[in-house]
Amino acid sequence: MLKNMLAGALFAGFAAGLVAVLLQFAFVNRLLLEAERYESGHVTHFSAMPSGGGHDHAAAPAAQPAQADGHDHASHDHGAREGGIDLVRDGLSVVFSVFTYVGYGLILGALIVLARDRGVPVKPGHGLLWGIAGFVTVQFAPAFGLAPELPGNAAADITLRQYWWFATVALTGFGLWQIAFGGNAARVLAGVVLIALPHLWGAPMPSEHWGSAPPELAALYAARTLAVGLVAWVVLGLGSAYFHRQDAA
Amino acid sequence: MAIAIRTAAAVNQKTLTIAFVALLGAGMVFLAGHAQSAALHDAAHDVRHTAGFPCH
Repeated sequence: MLKNMLAGALFAGFAAGLVAVLLQFAFVNRLLLEAERYESGHVTHFSAMPSGGGHDHAAAPAAQPAQADGHDHASHDHGAREGGIDLVRDGLSVVFSVFTYVGYGLILGALIVLARDRGVPVKPGHGLLWGIAGFVTVQFAPAFGLAPELPGNAAADITLRQYWWFATVALTGFGLWQIAFGGNAARVLAGVVLIALPHLWGAPMPSEHWGSAPPELAALYAARTLAVGLVAWVVLGLGSAYFHRQDAA
Repeated sequence: MAIAIRTAAAVNQKTLTIAFVALLGAGMVFLAGHAQSAALHDAAHDVRHTAGFPCH
C-alpha cells in the first residue's frame, strides 16, 4: 500500500510539476523578470518615482517581456537576468516544481485513499474535482487574502503571512472535506464557516502599499499564477485519482 | 477474537501509512515552499512565486 501511494504521488506529481513549470516558463517568468527590473531600479514606474527620474512608460512599456539592454544585474540577489534561458535558475525551477507537486501529490493521494476506504467512490474522472478542491485549498483561498506576490510588492512580515497561509490551507481543506463528505446540513454549514474564518479574521497586510512594479503587471501576474496552479492541480487530481481508482485498490 | 485483533491491526497499519504519506508530503511542501533558509529560498524562488507561497 505504501509503495502504491508513493508511486502514485511520483507519477501524478511529476506530471503536474512538469506542466506547472512549462506554463511558468511560457507565461509567468517574463513577468517575474520584468518585475525584478522594476525592483532593482533598472526601470521605474511613474508613480513610484514622481520626480520623473529614469525611464518613463513611453520608453519602457511595462507589459513587454524583459529585453536584453546590456545592464548589469549582478547586484540583485535573485540573480535577475534579462530574458533567455538561465540553465541553473530554470533547472532549479524544474526540480522544485516537481518536488512541490510530488509533495502535494502525497497529501492528495493520502486523502483520496482515506476517502476511498470510507466508501467514497473514486473513478479517474473524479480527479477533476479532487484537483480543483486541492487548488482552491492551497492556492485560491490563500490568494484571496494574500495576493500572489510579484517581486517588489509591499507585504507584511513573512512569518505572519506563513502562519496565516498554513491556517487558511488547513481550515479550507477541512472545510471542503466537511462540505463534500459531511453528509448533513450542519456539517456543510460548519465547512462554509471554517472556509470563511481566515478571511473574516483577515490576512496580514502591510501598513502601506509601495510596490515597485505597475499594477497592470501585478494583476496579470496574479491571474496567470492562479491559472497555472489550476491547470497543474487538475493534472495532479486526474493522475492521483487514476492511480487510486476503485478497481485498482 | 484473533481475527478481530488482526483486523484492528490492519486498520491501524493503514491509518499509519496514510498519515505517514501525508506528513511526508507536507514536509516536502514545507521545504520547497516555506523553509526560510537563504539557499532554499533562492533556489526555489520562481516556483514559490508561481505556486503562491508567501515569499520574501
